[in-house]
Amino acid sequence: MTHDHHHNAPLSEIEQRVKDLEQLLVEKGLVDPATLDELIDTYETRVGPRNGAAVVAKAWVDPEYKKRLLDDATSAIAELGYVGRQGEHMVVVENTPQVHNLVVCTLCSCYPWPVLGLPPVWYKASSYRARAVREPRAVMAEFDCVLPDDVEVRVWDSTAEVRYLVLPMRPEGAEKMGEAELAELVTRDSMIGVTQVSIQ
Amino acid sequence: MNGAHDLGGMHGFDPVDIESGKELFHAEWEKRVFAMTLACGFLGKWNIDQGRFARERMEPGAYLNSSYYEHWLHGLALLLVECGLLSQDELDRFEVMNESPLAVRANRVQEILSAGGPADCASETDPIFSVGDTVRVRNEHPSGHTRAPRFVRGRSGTVASYHGSHVLPDVSSQPEGVKQGAHLYNVRFSATELWGEGATSKDAVYVDVFEPYLVVPA
Repeated sequence: MTHDHHHNAPLSEIEQRVKDLEQLLVEKGLVDPATLDELIDTYETRVGPRNGAAVVAKAWVDPEYKKRLLDDATSAIAELGYVGRQGEHMVVVENTPQVHNLVVCTLCSCYPWPVLGLPPVWYKASSYRARAVREPRAVMAEFDCVLPDDVEVRVWDSTAEVRYLVLPMRPEGAEKMGEAELAELVTRDSMIGVTQVSIQ
Repeated sequence: MNGAHDLGGMHGFDPVDIESGKELFHAEWEKRVFAMTLACGFLGKWNIDQGRFARERMEPGAYLNSSYYEHWLHGLALLLVECGLLSQDELDRFEVMNESPLAVRANRVQEILSAGGPADCASETDPIFSVGDTVRVRNEHPSGHTRAPRFVRGRSGTVASYHGSHVLPDVSSQPEGVKQGAHLYNVRFSATELWGEGATSKDAVYVDVFEPYLVVPA
């Protein structure tokens, strides 16, 4: 076993249940443990928000790409090689000085895996799912993102198989940066829409 | 179904737990549940809507009291038994009675993830609504799986875009798993329509809504 923490502690009830279920599924021949490792490794180390950041940075420097991205996000994102599960039907929504976008899944945890990887724990938790649609500004304020009253907030609830990615605004002061440097600025949370991109 | 999963608009929760929730998993066992759910899903015995419906059937008190991957664990155990991959006896006793060597090997994982599972599915009729139309969500409370959250039922909005025809979750989540196409629209609901006069009038919630959920407002 490769538990990172409490090496010698007895397994909790849920840890034991999960271990037993895995053993049962492996013995039964339903699951290959190497497949489980491959899945975990894929989403822990290979597919994550760096992909989305590359999409955003490209859109910031290449107006033609940005147009394609807003027109048909699935194809434009596939140009960079990001395809597949939970990204089959992509829509990109653009932040402007007048409009700010925020993404949630109130019913479960729908999230654009090929560009952002798996969602963080808070995205799947009750508080965010319950509150993002009713008080988005209060939720964003918890992320230290306070918007002027004259900005329209659009909350996107992912109720079907369409997955949303926010195209944040390019921050002031980043006019001279190249695509790679810009991509470094783009955070996961800014592509969910709970924050904006800034130059730290 | 009006389950505890349908959280949109509920009061009483703590602030978002940003710092301790910034990771993808709380614990090692959550990774195994995530991966087991995907790997068992690869066996093709259930679709995504049946998977969601299994998690939604968790007892509401238990649902709210447990973490996200406990929902998944609950759903996985239910699906394994309902689809006949495991017997309830095997699950209860953690003892294999009949082997069933169907496992998908690790060398196929990337190919399966890349292929994904597009939801497009043709409809026999043309779309009823167009962008700009005013629509209202039916005030219906089906006991089965649906993707019309409670907070939009009975509410009116404007069609903001049309996504094409997609698999209707209400039908595909049933045991037969039939894929029936339905037109899918993105509908803009003003914050005041959903939450009353106290909401910020400029703001809006955009929800993907299947045509069978919609009517023309009276």
